[in-house]
Amino acid sequence: MSADTPFVTLSGVSKAFAGVKVLKDVSFDVRAGEVHALLGENGAGKSTLIKILSGLYTPDGGTITVDGRQMKLTSPRDATAAGIATVYQELLLFPELSVAENIFLGHYPRTSSGAIDWSAVRSRARDLLDQLDTRELDVDTKVLTLSVAQRQRVEIAKALSRDAKILIMDEPTASLVEADVQRLMGIVRQLRERGVGIVYVSHRLPEIFALADRVTVLRDGAHVATRDIGEVDERQLVSLMVGRPIDSLFPKVEAAIGDTVLQVDGLNRGRQVRDISFSLRKGEILGIAGLVGSGRTELALTLFGMTPATSGTVVLDGKPVAIRSPRQARDLGIAYVPEDRGLQGLVKPMAIRKNISMATIDRLSSGIFIRAAQEARRATEAVKRLGVRCRSIGQPVGELSGGNQQKVVIAKWLETSPKVLILDEPTRGVDVGAKAEIHTIMGELVRQGVAILMISSELPEVLGMSDRVLVMAGGRIMEELSREEATPERVGAAMTAHKEAA
Amino acid sequence: MAMSGVDLPPVRPQTSLQRPGFLRRLMADYGQELIVLLAIVVLFVAVTAVNPRFISANNLTSIFSGNAYIAVAAIGMAMVIITGNIDVSIGALIGVLATISGTLAVAGYPIWVAWFFPVLVGMAINGLIGILVAYFRIPSIVVTLGALSILRGGLISVTGGTWISDLPPAFLIAQQKWLGLPVPLVAMIVLTVLAALWMRYSAFGRSLYAVGGNPEAAVATGIPIERRIVAVFILNGFFAGLATILFATQLQVIQSTVPPNLELTIIMAAVIGGVSILGGSGTVIGSTLAAILFATIGSALIFVNVSAYWLRAVIGLLILATVLADMLRRRRTV
Repeated sequence: MSADTPFVTLSGVSKAFAGVKVLKDVSFDVRAGEVHALLGENGAGKSTLIKILSGLYTPDGGTITVDGRQMKLTSPRDATAAGIATVYQELLLFPELSVAENIFLGHYPRTSSGAIDWSAVRSRARDLLDQLDTRELDVDTKVLTLSVAQRQRVEIAKALSRDAKILIMDEPTASLVEADVQRLMGIVRQLRERGVGIVYVSHRLPEIFALADRVTVLRDGAHVATRDIGEVDERQLVSLMVGRPIDSLFPKVEAAIGDTVLQVDGLNRGRQVRDISFSLRKGEILGIAGLVGSGRTELALTLFGMTPATSGTVVLDGKPVAIRSPRQARDLGIAYVPEDRGLQGLVKPMAIRKNISMATIDRLSSGIFIRAAQEARRATEAVKRLGVRCRSIGQPVGELSGGNQQKVVIAKWLETSPKVLILDEPTRGVDVGAKAEIHTIMGELVRQGVAILMISSELPEVLGMSDRVLVMAGGRIMEELSREEATPERVGAAMTAHKEAA
Repeated sequence: MAMSGVDLPPVRPQTSLQRPGFLRRLMADYGQELIVLLAIVVLFVAVTAVNPRFISANNLTSIFSGNAYIAVAAIGMAMVIITGNIDVSIGALIGVLATISGTLAVAGYPIWVAWFFPVLVGMAINGLIGILVAYFRIPSIVVTLGALSILRGGLISVTGGTWISDLPPAFLIAQQKWLGLPVPLVAMIVLTVLAALWMRYSAFGRSLYAVGGNPEAAVATGIPIERRIVAVFILNGFFAGLATILFATQLQVIQSTVPPNLELTIIMAAVIGGVSILGGSGTVIGSTLAAILFATIGSALIFVNVSAYWLRAVIGLLILATVLADMLRRRRTV
């Protein structure tokens, strides 16, 4: 096999969920002994592609060829047998078992009598860890005592124990500190020397330039480009990822910006919310950009009282407030549309009507009983106003599509007539049509004087919708940019500035 | 609207919202309850065909009156399970409360004290359980298993297994009639209807479904879930107390033991009545109907001359079928 022959090739692979195409005719290959970076915005299809490679999803169309043979990977077991291993962002180890047990779980070396050969387990685990320059780690330690970086190395050792030819790493540096990032990069280079092909998913361009041999960019589920790393620069990669004139997709409504509604000074909570100060005005959309783990969501949760601040002041409508609980935040006129609508936004088996009235149920009651007719009327109005596509307001929310579910969450919070609306990834996992509708709704709201704080991983959304942009990294606000100043390059640089400075 | 591009999809036309027909809504909201009701009717028809004495007034009275306390206890249990919790100590609690009630009655306290003091005790004990579950985050199965051992062990140690007899006749309310109907039957119907209305149409009832359906979302919507969990356990203690009044006053004596597996029977009534064991759905109408179904099955087995041991097996099959149906339904919607 020559060095340029791919070990794994996907060609023309497609995948749809509930009618929404998340991968369209994508081709992708990995050679032995290369680091192939996979790049794209959130929702571009990277994780779907990885899950197809690791056997978790079966593609709707296209072929997978491993080592010259066409194969079907219908389960993770198939992928493992084909020599493909994956290290996920959320590491999948058993905390109560030892390092050695975790590495060989499911394929323990056996003695001739069929019992587990514990001395082989331990000595081979030792070998694997030594190969990864991880001599300090004892194979008998329970995994629960290890750091994230150490657990990651155990995962890599586990992959090697199964003779992986291809190692997929999903955002491996997302939760590592700088020293561990350097060490991980060393390990990746070493694996490449040994002929392992590595699929490296990361948002961090500097890492990609330092490690990758080739880079593939996905956008909206489609393959945009595959280039040798020497052929592209950072600017070109960003434009490949973003790929469209940003203003054309995001309808920015010009709303009159009024007085300050929310003034935050020196807000602190743990390591993820540090010394945050900003102000938000009526009719304004303030975008918050930042990488995963930059403290964006934590800031939202602190403002909303889920994780109350330990210090700092919040002034709402001129009055200082100390927000201790979501209930209090709600009653003060702060609404939070969460990042994960299934987890924190909706009660899925419940009817649309009941979900919409949930935050205002006390107001809808007279005496002990809910005014049912009024509840139904308000829900019907909300469903019509936001364009929720459903059979009836009695339909369980779980049956709706992602975009319509999101509209129900927004409808619930609009019932509270909020002054400040915090939207955390308002269009994640939402199809293109519903996404534009949600943006239109946001425009309507600011015109009515609502102040919106919008968190988004999608740079074009932040740049397209916001009047001002705050860029967060490491729990701090790194930069505050006006709409004119906020270019992808500037925001991107500020997002990663923290790591480079550290 | 400043929209320079052309590729913004227009807001799609609104589909009309139809209100589904009455029958469809009834099936959607009360599907399981209707199935249980149908089972009761079928059973009555079938057993009466075999043995007409089954439908005699005497037998009906014994079916409903003798088991009404299970239905009443199942109301509180249904509420607890709807919030995603469970109480396995309720059988032992009813035993303890019955002994307290009988002791007070024999000791000459006013009858109403003998009836209602145990209700307060039940609420207090369950309030404590609720606090451990809600604020100390101990799973309810663990807390109530502990409570089960404490209550059962404590009861046998204190009473030494003796029976309480010489109860004042006025104390025996379960043997009395009200408007020509046995008191337990009236109590069961009134409590079920009130609790059902309250669960369906009150903000509190609604919040219990939210807490069980998705606790995280409930918190993020401003529902104080800890307070709701404590409240639902106190309610459970309240209904256990009322059930105790019916249980303790139906015979001339109070045994220091309750029927074996009483807690399981009560839990099963809730689950077979359509309360999802995972929380978030079900009604107290269902739990009461299921309690009636058990009583009917138990009586039917006697009338068609089948060993009563089959009762447990039949109920066990029912519970598996119900939970399976629940799982299948969830798979379809989520």
